Amino acid sequence: MGIDRRTMLKSAAVAGATALAGASPAMARERKVAPTNAVGLLYDTTRCVGCKACVTACREANEETRKGCSRTLIRQYSNGSEQSFVKTGCMHCIDPACAGACMLGALQKREFGIVTWNPDLCVGCRYCQVACPYNAPKFEWESATPRIVKCEMCKHLLAEGKHPACSDACPRGAIEFGERIDLLETAHRRIREHPERYYPRVYGEHELGGTQVLVLSHVPFEKIGLANGSDEPVPALQQTIQHGIYKGFSAPIALYALLGGVMLRHRRVNRINEQGAGPDDHEVAPGEEADE
Amino acid sequence: MTAHAEATPVGGKLWTGWYRALAVLAAIAGGLLVWRFMVGLGATTAMNDGYPFGLWIAFDVVTGTALACGGYAVALLVYVFNKGHYHPLVRPAILTSALGYTIGGLSVLIDVGRPWLIYRVPLYFWEWNLNSALLEVALCIMAYIFVLWIELSPALLERWTKSHHSRLARVASVTHDFLDRVLVWVIALGLLLPTMHQSSLGSVMILAASKLHPLWHTGLLPLLFLLGCVMMGYGVVVMESALAATAFRRPPETRMLGTLYTVAVVVICIYLIARIGDLLVNGRLGLMLRPDFYAVLFWLEIVLLLIPIIMYFTRPRMRSNLGFMFRAAFIMVGAGVLYRLDTYLVAFNPGDNWSYFPAVPEILITMGLIAAEIMAYVYIVKRFPILGGRPAVAPAG
Repeated sequence: MGIDRRTMLKSAAVAGATALAGASPAMARERKVAPTNAVGLLYDTTRCVGCKACVTACREANEETRKGCSRTLIRQYSNGSEQSFVKTGCMHCIDPACAGACMLGALQKREFGIVTWNPDLCVGCRYCQVACPYNAPKFEWESATPRIVKCEMCKHLLAEGKHPACSDACPRGAIEFGERIDLLETAHRRIREHPERYYPRVYGEHELGGTQVLVLSHVPFEKIGLANGSDEPVPALQQTIQHGIYKGFSAPIALYALLGGVMLRHRRVNRINEQGAGPDDHEVAPGEEADE
Repeated sequence: MTAHAEATPVGGKLWTGWYRALAVLAAIAGGLLVWRFMVGLGATTAMNDGYPFGLWIAFDVVTGTALACGGYAVALLVYVFNKGHYHPLVRPAILTSALGYTIGGLSVLIDVGRPWLIYRVPLYFWEWNLNSALLEVALCIMAYIFVLWIELSPALLERWTKSHHSRLARVASVTHDFLDRVLVWVIALGLLLPTMHQSSLGSVMILAASKLHPLWHTGLLPLLFLLGCVMMGYGVVVMESALAATAFRRPPETRMLGTLYTVAVVVICIYLIARIGDLLVNGRLGLMLRPDFYAVLFWLEIVLLLIPIIMYFTRPRMRSNLGFMFRAAFIMVGAGVLYRLDTYLVAFNPGDNWSYFPAVPEILITMGLIAAEIMAYVYIVKRFPILGGRPAVAPAG
């Protein structure tokens, strides 16, 4: 005994109507842009000598006491003939994966487009770490009350009108702080004026939807470990699918109505059948026992 | 006398040798848990910044809840497709689901680093990030645990309606009658919620993007995870029915299990078409042929899924042979487990030489949680009317 056709059609009609009411034409997800006062850093590998003054300054500015920990690190890439230093840390993406992941929005783009962490909304699920293509958020594994730690552009210094510690500390001007728009101009100017020195792209202008930490390099970016390949922001696919399924919550509601409708109908039909059938011969509806 | 007897408690002695052994495992886990909360995750687990999801998320939560999808899978059959004569399978399946999801929920509490704020996830609705697939999973699982225990409650209440304590019996009776009327809407929720969160568990890993190997990363992850949990649900029900029949000396529902197996085979076929079709369409099929670890892992998953299908078609008699079906179900469940562990852990590569293998306390805590779950299952099955069928032999003790 299957689902009776009339029930199926009726329930499907209700479900369909509900779904349509909430549906909208399949839209590409809007591409996010940098906020108008977006700040950033321009890191130039051709000027970096790997002195790590920035790392020390960062530790001091953020009162970091744990050994070997910093919100920015300097790494070295070498393949024999070529070698380069790279400064790692949060790239303050324009469409951050971490902010897309975070359940209560503890990680979010806030003032000046800086991605900051709010301890009052973080349960320590670490989904942000899974999502970040740069592995930027660090978790205090050694603590019983762990935090998520990452570069927040020294926002406490910015509030006093100062600059991030790393940019002030760099003796070679490899780290420059400013508004993203200005930094982009600077970066392109450097490429124009010294094309022999630079790989002709500014990393972060378009990559992964754009970042507020920009990088100039003398080698292709994939050689220094910078995520390449797509200008699509990391959250784009997941959110498009998620919203496609759950738009307006209409699909779940429609499905619930369909399920309830089908089961109610079964219950009614089963009871009618029971009246004409023998004691062995009945189906079971929710709330009944198989044997009464 | 009807064709099948009503559900009755199995009865018998609770504190057998096995039961004591499980209790020891659970106690060890309990002690380790106290330690975990005192010293943090770094000292008690092997998780790190490259692998922030470890055994507890990948296995206890993601795989464990899928193993607990028996209730979902059977309820689909009984209540949506109106196969009422499968009803005897519902109660044990719902019990396993209730316990399995409760353990999954506990595992989340154990895994998160700042659990004192977890209440804010369901409560602080104004802060909800509706883009987060993990939020959907969390809220849905919380709700589903609640729904499962309500679905199970008629079985629990039945025993209490017969209680000698008249007040308990009266309260149980009134509650039981109320539940009878609303149960349709509770069961409908019990079908909606797993559909939502099991598929969202797939969506969660879409965000991992290039950190998840392209043989696993796809926009179809929600569909594949949903199909996987239905397959695992049927597989687990077959295994459990066979085990419970043997352990508690009840006749097994072999013919019903045969139908579950058939449906599971259909589900596996859809899964394989979707997965391989998607790889084909995206030009990734060549990755299967690379001589690397990931290709081997992928092949292992596919072969494990093909075996139950091959067994189904080459041995038509097996659907009346409980032993064969148990083996097929075991392989099916194994394939499902492997897929989830791969998607969340093994095929996840954050680069930079990060690595992860669970630490001993991590493993012992997981084992202890499972031991506690089994203890609860045995207790409830022995003292409450969950399993159907007349006992083949009068129960000892």
